Amino acid sequence: MKYLLLINTPSPDSTEEQPAEGPTVEEFMAFDKAVSDAGVKLDGNGLDVSTATTVRVRVNGERVVTDGPFAETREIVGGYYLIDVPDLDAALDWAARCPGARYGTVEVRTVWEPDQS
Amino acid sequence: MNERRAARSVEAVFREDRSRLLALLAARFGDLDLAEESASDAIEAALERWPVDGVPDKPLAWLLTTARRKAIDRIRRDRTYTQRLAELQVENDRATTTVTQAEPGFDDIPDERLQLFFTCSHPALSPEAQTALTLRFLADLATPEVARAFLVPTATMAQRIVRAKRKIRSARIPFRVPGPDELPARLPSVLRVVYLVFTEGYTASSGNDLLRPDLADEAIRLARILHRLLPREREVTGLLALLLLTDARRAARTDAAGGQVLLEDQDRALWDTDLITEGQRLVVPALTGPGVGPYAVQAAIAALHDEATDFTTTDWPQIVALYDVLLQIQPSPLVALNHAVAIAMRDGPQAGLALLDGLTEAEELRGYHLLPAARADLLRRLGRTTDAAAAYRTALDLVRNEPERATLARRLAELTDR
Repeated sequence: MKYLLLINTPSPDSTEEQPAEGPTVEEFMAFDKAVSDAGVKLDGNGLDVSTATTVRVRVNGERVVTDGPFAETREIVGGYYLIDVPDLDAALDWAARCPGARYGTVEVRTVWEPDQS
Repeated sequence: MNERRAARSVEAVFREDRSRLLALLAARFGDLDLAEESASDAIEAALERWPVDGVPDKPLAWLLTTARRKAIDRIRRDRTYTQRLAELQVENDRATTTVTQAEPGFDDIPDERLQLFFTCSHPALSPEAQTALTLRFLADLATPEVARAFLVPTATMAQRIVRAKRKIRSARIPFRVPGPDELPARLPSVLRVVYLVFTEGYTASSGNDLLRPDLADEAIRLARILHRLLPREREVTGLLALLLLTDARRAARTDAAGGQVLLEDQDRALWDTDLITEGQRLVVPALTGPGVGPYAVQAAIAALHDEATDFTTTDWPQIVALYDVLLQIQPSPLVALNHAVAIAMRDGPQAGLALLDGLTEAEELRGYHLLPAARADLLRRLGRTTDAAAAYRTALDLVRNEPERATLARRLAELTDR
């Protein structure tokens, strides 16, 4: 079963107080190695948090491009993992091990499949 | 074999073992809808067959075998299940073989309800959904009854249960008992659900009746099942002890007219000594050992109340000491409120009032009638009649349970009549 782990980190543009220190590159490399070695990682990347561009197409077909993420938010998606594990408990275990969970939040989503709902 | 007797047997088996049957089917198929539907199919078949063929020697085994067969039929017939057929095949291979053996004896059938408890109170489900699912699948309450328990329309509750079941299926919340390393994190939500059902039964949050005996009974039944399945988990033991020691006072808590009788006025001869004895026996192991849990401490407090011959000679110093422990391991404004009341009994109303005044800003107690009610009682005992009357009025604005309201109104009338 495929789960997407969305790693939310505090937005650099947020006016709220930033945590003292973010996860280190080494921590993320260790997690990446663990999730790869376990054979559950299908895909995963860190994302630049300061280069977001949002596109929206209006009803009349007009394309609207704006700088920044879709909305002013406290958190922004800073990375993701697509994993294949047997059930939600296993997905939650990986999410909890992700360094991002200690500095921001990790949202666990299931990949929609037809006939599932 | 006459028809009525057969129907009674089905009813008895189903009431006793419906949750066991559902748990077995859910564990087998990993799907609560399929479990419910095939269980219903099996019951229907039993009502048809048993009057003709006689009630089988092992009714649960018969129902289980029939339900499994019906479930397979449904999977083959119903397109929404075909998608899952391949997965189910894998699950079948992994599942315990005990169930698949032909006609297992009653006692050979494993009790899978613990898995169901943990699935129903999985932290990925909202607290409301956890309670609703537990009542529906383990306490054998129909959806309208569950809705009534939480004072929401049946349609709302039905929707809540449908959504929760869909999440279990779509996000694949597993049917499994957490390992020993996960248990400390997972058990509290299971216990909390049972505790919440009990507290609603102990004093209904609103309505004309003080008690909801059906809910209190179901909670105790659930706690007994959990205790049987996890005999060495001390907080499970503590929870069962707490419920028994508290429920033991039930008969004395209302008068003939259904009015509330406060602890200080209760006829203690009406307390159920069997329940007290059973509870006392459970408190000891629950308290013994390192790292005592909140339910065990509350059970100990309940035991002290039960052991007292009257209200004033209750061992208040010991109760205060236990609330001190409870504040350490589970600090909350509600515990602080009870602690303050115990302090007032030990050290006098002024000391208790000082502590209560420190709680008026607590968010968790906002809108909770028992805070102003406790303040009012202490102010009354201090002779501050005007302040007491004001506090009773505040409490009366907040209370939603009719007998509790009547008690507060009586107190207020006694003050203002003087």
